[in-house]
Amino acid sequence: MLSPNGKLHRRALVAAVLEGRGDMAVIAGLGAPAWDITAVGDTALNLPLWGGMGGAAMIGLGLALAQPERRVLVITGDGEMLMGVGSLATISVQAPKNLSILVCDNEHYGETGMQETATGHGVDLVAMARGAGIKHTMFVTKPDEVAGLRAAIHAGAGPFFAVAKIDAETLPLVLPPREGVILQSRMREAILGPAANLE
Amino acid sequence: MQRSDLEAAPRASADWPDRIYDLLKAYNVKQVALVPDAGHSRLIKRCLADNAMRVVTLTTEEEGIAMMSGAWLGGQRGVLLMQSSGVGNCINMLSLATLHRTPMPMLVTMRGDFGEFNPAQVPMGQATQPVLEAMGTLVNRADSPDDIAACVEATLKFAYNTYRPTATLIGQRVIGAKTFGKD
Repeated sequence: MLSPNGKLHRRALVAAVLEGRGDMAVIAGLGAPAWDITAVGDTALNLPLWGGMGGAAMIGLGLALAQPERRVLVITGDGEMLMGVGSLATISVQAPKNLSILVCDNEHYGETGMQETATGHGVDLVAMARGAGIKHTMFVTKPDEVAGLRAAIHAGAGPFFAVAKIDAETLPLVLPPREGVILQSRMREAILGPAANLE
Repeated sequence: MQRSDLEAAPRASADWPDRIYDLLKAYNVKQVALVPDAGHSRLIKRCLADNAMRVVTLTTEEEGIAMMSGAWLGGQRGVLLMQSSGVGNCINMLSLATLHRTPMPMLVTMRGDFGEFNPAQVPMGQATQPVLEAMGTLVNRADSPDDIAACVEATLKFAYNTYRPTATLIGQRVIGAKTFGKD
């Protein structure tokens, strides 16, 4: 699970978190998180984003409120979370038990040339989430903390927010479908059944 | 100067906010995302009093676009209430509606419009309809109280039946312009 430089390997982390996910719906922020969940296995219950930067957590909120019995996990990057950081306040106030947010924090904008983000300069997203009122949080840097992270995400005792510091490695692309209509429709059908297509 | 001079809200006798509420019920809207505007204050109160509606106050309007995307993924209908200045905050996020073909009705109370006092409201107010349309939104405008319910119904129908972003702009002529006591 560790890269040669001693930091968490992002795809091993995401695979471990999604192990035994069952009917959990997963929203992935644009860029590497979308490739990461696809590398674990592309399924109808994955919504990898190709745009809408800053919106991943709020998509998770809308889905979690609509489907309160289903666990919803948002996996996104530090740059994407910083862009929509106000949504932590919105989510905290709504307090959906079934929503978890995992920020895979490599301290860089990975798709645009590995420019630094604010999290590499001391900006603490866990502290921001706690300041927003999200009480259940984790900060993960070591492989032996990942089992606890997975358990917290699977527990459905949210809203839960975690940052995992990961290696800023650039990995081979594993691309999901690009057609948004397919991505939305397949998740709706998986959640709502065939009737979703007749709404 | 009185507070009532600062806030432009519909007269208490105006029934169009109640007619919008009735339409949201008729179209089975479950998630109401909003950044408050005085023009929507009565409608917001009606929605807050309804246990079958989830009212979500946003920190910025684009959160509501993303939230409507999530609601639709989970089989619920959403709506976004905001002032015209908030439309500017939504523009890139509206890509999601076009990309995924998601119903996203928006009910927008106008500023920087008919009889505006505040210069700061004018740039975004004047740009509201063009930028919405540039992002593929079908826009209706209501400039008299009698038009509002029909426009809102068309906006809801068009969004939910044809899977796209839609908007009703409720003109400042209907709501009243803020004058800061200088009218």
